Order: sequence, then C-alpha cells, then structure tokens
Amino acid sequence: MLQLSRDDLVHAYTQMCTIREFEERVHTEFAGGGIPGFVHLYAGEEASGVGVCMHLADKDCIGSTHRGHGHCIAKGCDPIAMMKEIYGRRDGLCGGKGGSMHIADLSKGMMGANGIVGGGPPLICGAALTAKTLKTGGVAVCFVGDGGSNQGTTLESYNLAKVWNLPAVFVVEDNGYAESTAAVWSVGGSQVKRAEAFGMPGVQVDGHDFFAVYEAAGEAISRARDGGGPSLIHVKLNRYYGHFEGDAQTYRGEGEVEELRDSVDCLTAFRQRVTETSLLEPARLDEIEAEAKALIDKAVAESVAAPAPTEADLLTDVYVKY
Amino acid sequence: MAKKSFRQAVNEALAQEMRRDPTVVVMGEDNAGGMGAPGEDDAWGGVLGVTKGLMPEFGRDRVLDTPISESAFIGAAAGAAATGLRPVAELMFVDFMGVCFDQIFNQAGKFRYMFGGKAVTPMVVRTMFGAGFRAASQHSQCLYPIFTHTPGLKVVIPSSPYEAKGLMIQSIRDDDPVIFFEHKVMYDDEEEVPDEPYTIPFGEANVTREGDDVTVVAIGRMVGFANQVADKLEGEGIGCTVIDPRTTSPLDEDSILESVEETGRLVVVDESNPRCNLATDIAALAAENVFDALKAPIRKVTPPHTPVPFAPELEDLYIPSPEKIEAAVRDVAGHRA
Repeated sequence: MLQLSRDDLVHAYTQMCTIREFEERVHTEFAGGGIPGFVHLYAGEEASGVGVCMHLADKDCIGSTHRGHGHCIAKGCDPIAMMKEIYGRRDGLCGGKGGSMHIADLSKGMMGANGIVGGGPPLICGAALTAKTLKTGGVAVCFVGDGGSNQGTTLESYNLAKVWNLPAVFVVEDNGYAESTAAVWSVGGSQVKRAEAFGMPGVQVDGHDFFAVYEAAGEAISRARDGGGPSLIHVKLNRYYGHFEGDAQTYRGEGEVEELRDSVDCLTAFRQRVTETSLLEPARLDEIEAEAKALIDKAVAESVAAPAPTEADLLTDVYVKY
Repeated sequence: MAKKSFRQAVNEALAQEMRRDPTVVVMGEDNAGGMGAPGEDDAWGGVLGVTKGLMPEFGRDRVLDTPISESAFIGAAAGAAATGLRPVAELMFVDFMGVCFDQIFNQAGKFRYMFGGKAVTPMVVRTMFGAGFRAASQHSQCLYPIFTHTPGLKVVIPSSPYEAKGLMIQSIRDDDPVIFFEHKVMYDDEEEVPDEPYTIPFGEANVTREGDDVTVVAIGRMVGFANQVADKLEGEGIGCTVIDPRTTSPLDEDSILESVEETGRLVVVDESNPRCNLATDIAALAAENVFDALKAPIRKVTPPHTPVPFAPELEDLYIPSPEKIEAAVRDVAGHRA
C-alpha cells in the first residue's frame, strides 16, 4: 500500500467506481429493453480487474471472459465507446460488430472479452510469446473464471506458458459460480495446487480487498517481466448479479447477494481503508463517485442517440466479395 | 531451374520468409524435434521432415517445439499474430482440428470482423490432409470444406510444388488467418521451382489445361489426376479446361463460371466427403449463375460418404481416381445438346 501514491489511489477508486456505475447502469438499461443480446456483469468484482491492471501499460496484453466489461475499463478502454458497442452502435468500440461478449481494443492491449469459456488462455500465451520474441518487455495476463479454470485450454496453457517460460500471469477470478453451478462442486483440487502442479507459483487472495490483489498481482507481474515465467493468482470474490442479465439466480442462497453487498463490498472496503488511514478524504471520494456517475450518464445518453450500423457495414472488415 | 519436391518447396518458402521477416516464427509438435531429449537436435524437422533445417538456421526461439497441446499452441499462434508476430503453426494432421477448432474458428477467424476491423491475425496453420497413406480414418481426411465454410479464414490447397511455394509465401504475408493444406501423398512430387521467392495471389484460379468441351474443376491432388485425364481425352477429340481454384476461400467464382459458359459442361473433382463439400458448392454456383449455358447435368467426382477406410483395397476404391474422372467427363461430353 505504501508504494501507492495519492494519484494511484484516486485512479484506482475512479476505475472501480466507473466499472460499478457502468455495470449498474447496464443492468438497469438492459432491464428496460434498450440493450440487445446478452450481458454478464462484473459488479462486485471490481477490485480484481483494477488491482491487476494498475500494473499494466498499453504494451501489456490482457485476455478476458464473457464477463469482460470491468477488464476493459481497467485496461483503459473508453467507457463511452464500450457502452455504444453494447448498444450495437456504428461508432462503438468494435463498430457494433462485437457486442458485450467481444469488446476489444488492441491498441490498449485489450485482446477481447471472450464468448468462449476458456477461450482466452491460449491467446495470452501467444501475446506473451510476442513480448518475449520481440523483447518488448511486455507481459500478458489472462483473466479466467472458476468455470473456465476447468477447460482443457486453460490447463494446456498453464503447461505451455511454463515450458516456454512465458511472461504470463493467469488470474482465476473465482466468483463461486460457473453459470449456476457452484465452484465448490465443479473444481477438483485447488487452483493454487493446480499452479504448483505445473511448476508455477500460485497464490490465493481476497478479491474484495483491492490492496491484496494489487500486491499479489505486482509480484506475479514483476516476476513475469523479469523473465521468471508464469504465475497464477486465485482471486476469491463474488458477483452481485446473475450469470447473465435475466438469470433469476434461484440457485443462490436467500439474501446472499444483499449480505455480500453489506459485508464485503470492495468499494466500501477501499473507502474505509483510505479514509481511516487519511490517504484520501471522504469529500474527494464522493467527488470521484459523482464523476463516475456523470461519465456513465453521458455514455448511456450518447449510446441511445448514436446511429446504428448500416447495410454497407455488414460486408466490411472481412474478405468477402460475394 | 532446379526440380524440387513439394516438401522442399514448402521448406524453402518458410526459410526465405523467416530470413526476410524476423517476426515469422514456426511452431508445432516436433517441428525441430528432440527438444529436451539427450540425442540429436532437429531430430525430426516435423513428422514428415517439412521443417527440417529451420531450427539450426533460426534457433529454438523462432522454431518452437510444443507439447502435444493443439488448443494451447494454435491459440497461442492466434494471440501472437494479433500482437505482432507472423506465426506458422503446424497442425500435424487436419484430422486433429477437433481438439483445437475453437481457437481457429471462434478466435482467430473472428477477430478482424468482431473487433470492427481493428485487429489483424496474420497466422498460417499448416496442416496435412488427404487419403492414400494407409493412415485410415483419423489421419486421412480432407476437411477443408469445414474451414471454407467459416468466414474470416482463408483456405489454401496447393496442387503442386510450384504452387506450394508461391502460395505459402503469400500465406505468410497475408494479414488474415490462413489454413494451408499439404497433401501428404504429394510431399515427394517434384517439379521445377524457382529459387527466388515469389507469391501467388489468393482467389485467382489457375487454368492448367484448356479445351472447349468440358470444364473440370479439381482441388489439390485431384488437379494432377484431372490433367492426366485431359491429356488422354484430348487425343480422342474431347477438350477439357482444367481449373485449379488454388484457394477455396476466397474462391475464384468468375473463372469457373466463365469457363462453364464456354464449355456448357462441368465436372467437379473433390477428395472431400460429398455432403456439403466443395463439389456441391461449385455445382450450385454454376447451376445458379450459368444454368442456361449448361448442355449436360453437372457431375461430381468425390469419395463415398464414409470415413476413410484402412485396407489398401478399400482406400484405393475410396479415393477419386483418374478412371472415375474420365468416366464423368465422357458422360457429360456425351450430352450433345
């Protein structure tokens, strides 16, 4: 915590609040029928994406999941262009061709949310290989869920990253549920022991604690950058919404989410920590929250008003000539 | 000009592109071989020796041996391509697409479109295909129709050593993911191949024989068979135009349709299984666009709709043969509308 400057703390809280506000608004707007398709919300998990991505620059790459909005914002994607993408607008981050599950911005090192569970880890091995081969000094980080941790692609990628000694970090965001199936049932063994089995360091952290994530990620990312090879971070956290919007979540315990919001919310914990230690003043934190709200209000308003793609856009960005 | 085998042609293309462009890397199972083992380095150079000699010249950092983990390393090739390398990954046999197809068709093949044109994925997947090696059901399939079906992928099927070199160099320089099919029975085929690098553009068919009576579109190894048939029948007064599309995606529709308009007869020879294959696709293309020019029913020469059998007697019956092509050409030529 000591290495975090006031500016760092402001940045961290701004990012976390922006993600929370973004997701709460997507929840509301989706329920109101304004957003097509499927969305999977990251609310509750903000400390993980931000705690990890605070250590990354544009030259560093991340791979994400279907629950990717938070990773995008944490990696520096423009929230307004993201919102437009989720609305399927022509000037969305991917021209309205990607949508929520495929938002990407390669210029920011964001290699895409991913509609395929376990789709990202092999790609991140490739990004890490590029960094290593071209000696860019970059690292590649893959976020994968507890569900994705059971895919063969993920386990194969642990092995490949190890045997190629890649500058890669695997962040298993364990929110307790793969869709509706509990991680305590679906994950054999432990995430950390899986890492150890592949010969890489693994550590479990409390994903509600920004500072714990920040510290663990800093260590793993430094090791990767210094040629020490891959690591795994098992982040224990919770999601506040369903697998997708519209999920009635009947598989969760009664009052589970309310209890989580009251007791382990990562924004509340951050606020408490920095005010108790007098690092940031409550008024400054209030200001950040208000700025985040204003930004997302603007994003939604612009997205609603933005033009849809036209028929001419259907055939661009692919080689078709038919 | 020196004669070179199909194997040498591909190897030369890889070596020349690796010399020209330091971002080109090669990866796959046993591409050098002997990694971590006590014996010889570059022990294999690929299971059939196509990448032999690359590791001694370019080193282990650019000729990467991999664990037997196709999902991981084909996906790594996609990720590396999206971030600045030009990987050539070897999927040893195309039959193994089943263990890594997600990384090809949902990841690499979709990036450019799905990310609104902001990503390129200049990767090549080299893969062996085709029957005739007595390798049976799981090492003998064609499967290029499945890749051709997927927008975002380019599909290249060279029919000779000369074609293989020029198309491989083009594949490496292309900014889209390319699936490059190497017929395993053709590796020792030889013909004159220039020493210097050259490219053959995608989507431009090659007309290997010209004749007025029948258009024969053939793919990969079938091009040589079609040429044999054309040469034989020319002496009998049946003129065949043989068209090698070279790439099934993009497909040079114009060359095929223009030829069928002139001859009025079409035979398509395709070594892949007949349901939803290229023969079906090309037949539909002609029926839809130049129906009035047709003087005879379109004929397809394909294997039966079965897995590739093991017994040599059965496998030989399975593969479209020059005799079957000849029979089809004679049949359509007999329709004198």
